[in-house]
Amino acid sequence: MKKVYLDNAATTPIADNVLQDMYDKFKNNFGNASTLYSFGRDAHTILENSRQVIANSINANEDEIVFTSGGTESDNTAIIQVAKARKHLGNHIITTAIEHEAVLKPLEYLKNNGFEVTYLPVDKNGNISLEDLKNSLNDKTILVSVMYGNNEVGSLMPIHEIGELLKDHQAVFHTDAVQAYGLRDIDVKRDHIDLLSTSAHKINGPKMLGFLYRKNGIDFPSFIKGGDQEEKRRAGTENIPAISGFATAVSNLTNEHKLVLNKKFYEFKKRIEQAFIDNKIDFEINGQISHDNLQHVLNLWIKGISTYLMQTNLDLDGIAVSGGSACTAGSIEPSHVLKAMYGSDSDRINESIRISFGQYTTVEDVDVFIGSAVKIIKRLKK
Amino acid sequence: MQDNSNTRVVVGMSGGVDSSVSAYLLKQQGYDVVGVFMKNWDDTDENGVCTATEDYKDVAKVASEIGIPYYSVNFEKEYWDRVFTYFLDEYKKGRTPDPDVICNKEIKFRAFLDYALELGADYIATGHYARLTRDEDGHNHLLRGSDDNKDQTYFLSQLSADQLDRVMFPIGNMDKPDVRKIAKEAGLATADKKDSMGICFIGEKNFKSFLSNYLPSVSGKMMTFDGEVKGTHDGLMYYTIGQRRGLGIGGDGIDNQPWFVVGKDLSKNILYVGKGYENKHLYADYLVASDIFWINDISNRGNDFRCTAKFRYRQKDCGVTVHLNDDGKSLKVTFDDPARAVTPGQAVVFYDGEECLGSAIIDAAYQNDKELQYI
Repeated sequence: MKKVYLDNAATTPIADNVLQDMYDKFKNNFGNASTLYSFGRDAHTILENSRQVIANSINANEDEIVFTSGGTESDNTAIIQVAKARKHLGNHIITTAIEHEAVLKPLEYLKNNGFEVTYLPVDKNGNISLEDLKNSLNDKTILVSVMYGNNEVGSLMPIHEIGELLKDHQAVFHTDAVQAYGLRDIDVKRDHIDLLSTSAHKINGPKMLGFLYRKNGIDFPSFIKGGDQEEKRRAGTENIPAISGFATAVSNLTNEHKLVLNKKFYEFKKRIEQAFIDNKIDFEINGQISHDNLQHVLNLWIKGISTYLMQTNLDLDGIAVSGGSACTAGSIEPSHVLKAMYGSDSDRINESIRISFGQYTTVEDVDVFIGSAVKIIKRLKK
Repeated sequence: MQDNSNTRVVVGMSGGVDSSVSAYLLKQQGYDVVGVFMKNWDDTDENGVCTATEDYKDVAKVASEIGIPYYSVNFEKEYWDRVFTYFLDEYKKGRTPDPDVICNKEIKFRAFLDYALELGADYIATGHYARLTRDEDGHNHLLRGSDDNKDQTYFLSQLSADQLDRVMFPIGNMDKPDVRKIAKEAGLATADKKDSMGICFIGEKNFKSFLSNYLPSVSGKMMTFDGEVKGTHDGLMYYTIGQRRGLGIGGDGIDNQPWFVVGKDLSKNILYVGKGYENKHLYADYLVASDIFWINDISNRGNDFRCTAKFRYRQKDCGVTVHLNDDGKSLKVTFDDPARAVTPGQAVVFYDGEECLGSAIIDAAYQNDKELQYI
């Protein structure tokens, strides 16, 4: 059975040249970057070269990049540490209803510790309104955390407009760019972004690694306490081979390559939509297929078939898609994103699957998915 | 060897050794095996955490060892509606229900079977000790498991031949020690795991405190049929006919015979106790039962026929004569020898030799044509 991986928004396979690079560095550059002897100096050079590559990718300065253990830690640090450091200026935070748990959970923690959080609603396409944001801002607002693009339905937030709106406001602007990094042209200066989180394993890099971009001038104590690494902003010995691999993964994603990927993914989505229509499948797209979306994500409401059943049947055919976080109870936590878009009563929240493409997804993979999904749906509808 | 690779068998895996070995054997036989863990009872803790039960972890371990995919499925709502409500209703009526009989009928061999079919299954399999044969007419017959100690047909006695059509019992022809031996040789994580005890949803919890969460208990008099008060009971539902433990009555210094529950009166909230295992109030000549269920058509046996029966799990068979009432809704079972502690709410299960014919739920037991005061 040919296995097909269509859950690239969850994680991606490592790129060959990233693996080779990491292998070389693991073999030859095991030194601790904080030491003064040659082993350490070599490691330090790799670390700083990698940092430069990564800073360039979002038009940041290299001293604005802090390596972390990944998107979750970047989000936690940005939100909790910045909120605490700016508590004297106010206790109000604005976010959206469709953020990742790595943003929502730290905010919940802050809520239990004296902060107030406003959750911006979204429309049926998963978009927020800039007006809502304007109306929610007040002189106590210290932080606005709005994701770059949504991981479940692919809607993009008006990042540039938010940046413009906040550039003369005391509130710091954080964006979780874990899904968008690698596909979108991100420019922290153009968009006036103060804090930005990413993860390496979503762009064919290693797991347990990411970075937090922190605009110069925005300071906060290290979340992880211990050593003086990362300009005292993140303690712990850096994983040099992984960081080097991250930089290689970033280098792979040139602007031209991003364009190619976006075009390819868009066509995949249209192909699936058309095939489902041709086969008279009773379905709808959650959100929309548009040129103004994160193209690697497609969320399908397959009417009358539970998420868990669909996902299990696809897995039995060797196809990996997402259905939200499963627990041992044999059910799936209904998606808070779909709830925010369609309401808690909508059947969509229990009957939807997410497909997400990656660099290595081929049209053959997409066709295997279509063939299997159509077969399963027709069998279950009998 | 026969090519079974295109036959998909979904195995109900509980995390115990029996279902582990069932899955293992099917995989050895080349079937397309899928493991599914059933979650029938919500034991979410106070913090709302979805608990990764130890049993599911064992399913995950064993399934990886065997090399099969595994999933879990949630039947909490179905179990509550179809099994637990029945269980509580029976207790409210002063009877002693057997939820496992209903669980097999409604959940494991109905909801689970339906779900497995949705996964493209040709068969489901479980780790029950029971066997199946099919006669020339294509009828399925349920036979006792080869291991006399473990035979579980008692709990399967309300399954229809149609349900059994899609079922496999891979260890039904084995003895328990052999099952453990296979698990050991295959290196399965559950090889030495203790057998589970008690009713599935209660687990190892204290039965009394569990039940008190759902049903109000009213304490009352504990007395003999002669009117002598021997103490108080905590609520009739906590006691079963023939029970010895937990009465709190010491020896009386006369003959030091132990005391037993020999009757109940729900309307007066009295628990009757009597001395001696062989207390006369515990013996019945016949019983009346309803909710009759035959696995296959039995009309060729006539309205009165001889067979053997069990009134509770793990009891030796007794010789009986079954008398079917004309309306088909109830029947009378006369015993060759007086039977002890025939309890309303329990299943009376009928056998012809090795074959399990079906069962009915006991309504009342009689001695000398007088109903025993059991409810």
